[in-house]
Amino acid sequence: MSLGFATFYLSLIVLLPLAALLGQTLTLSWGEFWKVIASDRAIASYQLTFGASFIAATVNLMFGLIVAWVLVRYHFFGKKVIDALVDLPFALPTAVAGIALTAIYAPNGWVGQHLSALGIKAAYSPLGVTLALIFIGLPFVVRTVQPVLEDLEKEIEEAAASLGASRLQTFCRILFPALLPSLLTGFALAFARAVGEYGSVVFISGNMPMKTEITPLLIMTRLEQFDYAGAAALGTVMLLISFILLLLINLLQHWSNHRHGAKA
Amino acid sequence: MSRLQVSLSHPAAATLRNATTEPLWVRVLLTSIALIFLALFLVLPLIIVFSEAFARGAELYWASISEPAALHAIKLTLIAAAIAVPCNVIFGLAASWAIAKFQFKGRQLLITLIDLPIAVSPVIVGLSLMLIFGARGYLGEWLMDHDVRIMFAVPGIVLATIFITFPFVARELIPLMQEQGREQEEAALTLGASGWQTFFRVTLPSVKWALLYGVILANARAMGEFGAVSVVSGKIREQTNTMPLHIEILYNEYQFAAAFAVSSLLALLALVTLLLKSLLEYKAAKDLAAAQSR
Repeated sequence: MSLGFATFYLSLIVLLPLAALLGQTLTLSWGEFWKVIASDRAIASYQLTFGASFIAATVNLMFGLIVAWVLVRYHFFGKKVIDALVDLPFALPTAVAGIALTAIYAPNGWVGQHLSALGIKAAYSPLGVTLALIFIGLPFVVRTVQPVLEDLEKEIEEAAASLGASRLQTFCRILFPALLPSLLTGFALAFARAVGEYGSVVFISGNMPMKTEITPLLIMTRLEQFDYAGAAALGTVMLLISFILLLLINLLQHWSNHRHGAKA
Repeated sequence: MSRLQVSLSHPAAATLRNATTEPLWVRVLLTSIALIFLALFLVLPLIIVFSEAFARGAELYWASISEPAALHAIKLTLIAAAIAVPCNVIFGLAASWAIAKFQFKGRQLLITLIDLPIAVSPVIVGLSLMLIFGARGYLGEWLMDHDVRIMFAVPGIVLATIFITFPFVARELIPLMQEQGREQEEAALTLGASGWQTFFRVTLPSVKWALLYGVILANARAMGEFGAVSVVSGKIREQTNTMPLHIEILYNEYQFAAAFAVSSLLALLALVTLLLKSLLEYKAAKDLAAAQSR
């Protein structure tokens, strides 16, 4: 009974709307569909969305590893508070994050004024979009790497050290391979979240077509022009990519659990 | 750590300790990098929300959060969360119960589909609802004939919120329920408890912290949702504006202090969420440890 209810509710709330999206896209002919999804403006928006998401996820990959490492291995004052604060991007509404980041990186903002003195335009540029995406993707790598790092047995490192490995060798040959699946999972999660992000980006991007317009915003624009089919076509492309990313994440998690389980 | 510190005077122990940790300068460097990164990306945005909110004085702050449009937005946000979260609690319990306690065909598919709303862009969620319930959507004409408004009205906002917060409760419960297995329920049933008795007396108490944890996460997300709601709401002031949409409108009208004042309420909600989350994480970890030790 509970399975029946769960399936019914899932179909009603999630699958039905997504089916409607595909249905609407199918009203377009192949040529029309292609014209919408391969227009110059759409391609410029894909480049920004995926480029900025990739850079943001990469930044989060590097800094996320350092943050997870510091939180697990070192002791310092206020560690518990900082650990809790890592989840802030999950809890803070994206609109609030958007206007706060814009206020910081605008040309007259706290950080923005120093950047603009150096000739760097942060807000209302692709850099601003990337900064917003770094913010919203920040917890993913930390939270996927942290538990794996906690469970790693110190004995392996001791063994490596006693066999004459330097600390850097131990990290590169022993620790890094063990952390790799979780690092990649975190990266993929951050990337997937960034690709679909809307709330925080619309404030900081400036929304100039061909320059700082992300794909979700382009969908919004089509919708406001009552171009439902065009919006649905772009939505279908995004949805397909989300599916592929989700599948990839599941595979990575499977790999990660397998690795993790085999060690324990 | 403490184990090693005790015998630190022994030279061999000191070597061992050096071998499994980094030199002091590396530790200080890494900690500094992590702290600066987090300060720049997490602490600074929080500080600016509160400092901008009070930039024009406490009086304007109070006026911004007590004006009718703001109060209405707060009310609507609370209503949407109050409907969406319980719906997803019921679903989360049913789905995680089915997934954790029974084997059936398509189980893995169900788990993947539960995660779907996390990966789908909020704008696409709003768009999909629009294509069903909007004036030109599949059900648009029928709804119009029967005088039911879903788009640009409260039901649409609630539907979008349910979609977005759909996975949170289920995701917290599934791993815990899987870990706990089904022996306890079987024992209760053998002792003559009915199905519902077993659920309320055995299953529910053993997952209560994880459930609360999921509720808190879902609630934070529900109250802060922006993308999906902005498509379906129509942003009619004092009718279909939630708090995040109200913030957007104020911001676009250059009423920055007012926008940040309303934002500060949501930022406060986020901080409370994080605090409760840390507390519950601790409790839930204890439950999980108890389940594993059995």
